[in-house]
Amino acid sequence: MLNNRQETMRQAAAFFTGEIDRLITKPVRLMEVCGTHTVAIFRAGIRQLLPPQVELVSGPGCPVCVTPNDYLDTAVAYSRLPDVIITTFGDMLRVPGSASSLAAEKAAGSDIRIVYSPLESLDIAAAHPEKKIIFLAVGFETTAPLAAATVLEAERRGLANFYVLSAHKLVPPALSALLADREVRVDGFLLPGNVSAMIGEQPYCFLAEKYHLPGVIAGFDPLDILQSVYMLARQIHASTAIVENQYRRIVRHEGNPAARQVLTQVYETVDAAWRGMGVIPASGLGVNDRYRRFNALAALPLQVEKASEQAACRCGEVLRGIIKPADCLLFGKACVPEHPVGSCMVSVEGTCAAWYKYGAGKWQV
Amino acid sequence: MNDKRIRLAHGSGGKLSHDLVTGVMLPAFANAALNELHDGARINMPGVKLAFTTDSYVVKPLFFAGGNIGKLAVCGTVNDLAMCGADPHYLSAGFIIEEGFPVADLIRIVESMQAAASEAGVAIVTGDTKVVEKGAVDGIYINTAGIGAVIDGTGISPTRVRPGQDIILSGPVGNHAVAIMALRHGLVLPQTVTSDCAPLNGLVKELLSAVPDVAVLRDPTRGGLATTLNEIAQQAAVGILVEEAAIPVQPEVAAACDILGFDPLYLANEGKMIIFSQPQASERLLAILKGHKYGKEAGIIGKVTDSPAGQVGLRTLIGGIRLLDMPVADQLPRIC
Repeated sequence: MLNNRQETMRQAAAFFTGEIDRLITKPVRLMEVCGTHTVAIFRAGIRQLLPPQVELVSGPGCPVCVTPNDYLDTAVAYSRLPDVIITTFGDMLRVPGSASSLAAEKAAGSDIRIVYSPLESLDIAAAHPEKKIIFLAVGFETTAPLAAATVLEAERRGLANFYVLSAHKLVPPALSALLADREVRVDGFLLPGNVSAMIGEQPYCFLAEKYHLPGVIAGFDPLDILQSVYMLARQIHASTAIVENQYRRIVRHEGNPAARQVLTQVYETVDAAWRGMGVIPASGLGVNDRYRRFNALAALPLQVEKASEQAACRCGEVLRGIIKPADCLLFGKACVPEHPVGSCMVSVEGTCAAWYKYGAGKWQV
Repeated sequence: MNDKRIRLAHGSGGKLSHDLVTGVMLPAFANAALNELHDGARINMPGVKLAFTTDSYVVKPLFFAGGNIGKLAVCGTVNDLAMCGADPHYLSAGFIIEEGFPVADLIRIVESMQAAASEAGVAIVTGDTKVVEKGAVDGIYINTAGIGAVIDGTGISPTRVRPGQDIILSGPVGNHAVAIMALRHGLVLPQTVTSDCAPLNGLVKELLSAVPDVAVLRDPTRGGLATTLNEIAQQAAVGILVEEAAIPVQPEVAAACDILGFDPLYLANEGKMIIFSQPQASERLLAILKGHKYGKEAGIIGKVTDSPAGQVGLRTLIGGIRLLDMPVADQLPRIC
């Protein structure tokens, strides 16, 4: 039997879906940019609740998925050096590079350690002064400030054997590149609440101003997401386009200036390669000259063979919301979570992994 | 026994082996069958249908909040027998011990095995001990096998699962795995999060005495609730629809899962069971469960459906239904 809270949640959900159905009268495609949203949408069964004219498509918002092969190949090459310990978040382990993965290298004897916070790398560095500790700095604006703070802490602790291999990426330039792509067709954006907590509302304003597309900064609870879709539906119905903030309890208009300050102290904006999207100008973060000695690429140069991609893998189109996972010939056949071909099937927050795990999001009795 | 540490010679079959058995195992397990110290135990079980099972335990860390590898090895095998609808009677215990393992830890382990065996009303009647070189195993591995008598009038089998049956869960899920993973990951949890490791045979006996025609009993161990439900849905070729709101998860466990990026529905339990039964029996079963220390938080979590065959659906808190699939890989910590 449902208790009062659950009953209230279901009533609220029914209200939002009813209003969305009423307001949206022709087919629309709404993109959830963030992988955490993708998983939350599947986990809560939101696809089944939404009326058929509302299609949710997943965007390039899983940091593991958008990390290109040359970065993984570089990480693999570093891991093979006898005096190197790689530290990484667990998601990165199984992502296949051109010819190997960190998991395969670990099994072959490389010293690769999963950490929950980049700061754990510093303890490893202190405990192994004879080794070089390379943290794989992967993530969007959400995780980059902590990586930057780790560099500052390494400096404070005088650790000379800690390095970052940065693949940090920025969300707004990716959205800009996405909208410049003629193949991409989107009627509105669910914007990532976690990234927005750092950068605030302003960086998304170009969506409305330049492309006349509505955007809603959304939280991650099921009702946050439904309410955000409802807010998009209201804008679409009224033919307005502004950036709204559904996640006000966490996201302030100006974001988190202190975190951004740490970020700009250590990093600088650089052009960055995204899997499936190519090089996007000013979309990445590299360690700046002031902290060059912590930059693995600068401090520990090494030769890596040119990366190659899996020919039939269509992760790039999935990441841009052009195709659904099931449109890829590999999906569910050659590419399954046990043997992923592309990154979208590897990461917990990958679009293909979510479609596979949750059976396309619908369960028919 | 004089040694402070296990040596290779303790597994040689010579005097030191004898010392190990008589100095550590026998004081803990002593009973008429084991005291004879044959290669195997002679047991009397005339005229009964027997259930027999074995399992090996290689858990790390060996000691955790709410139990240790020894308690787990006894409860796991007892529960495997109970889930067959059997009344467990006798267990065997096989130890593979790493050279250098502290004898004090071994004593703690065997004492907790005996405590669990006593609670379950079973006797550990035969065993085996091997000591291997340092590094060959991770501390200690334990194998237990068990034998029990199938309770009259029962016929536990997935083939008896039918649409319309209720699915009852005996309590909150995920505690065991979270208690262990918190230690592995250095996560400090409140003292309320302990492994649920417990022998369920007493409770099962009460349930089956009252309702012998229960269709299936299962304990959702490795792979958790989701995996067990999927196995039954596939074996019985039925659909299963469970309610997220009805599946209890201790708030501290849910919080730890959030931090570690795990889904409690996929986490191992060592003292929970799932019961598939006719709806008219549910109230009786629930009354027994709630009156027992291992079933206080029991509830109906869902129903067996006609279709889709072999699939499990989860109705979420906001009313959507999504697939609750088999896990395909280890759960890894997530990135953001």
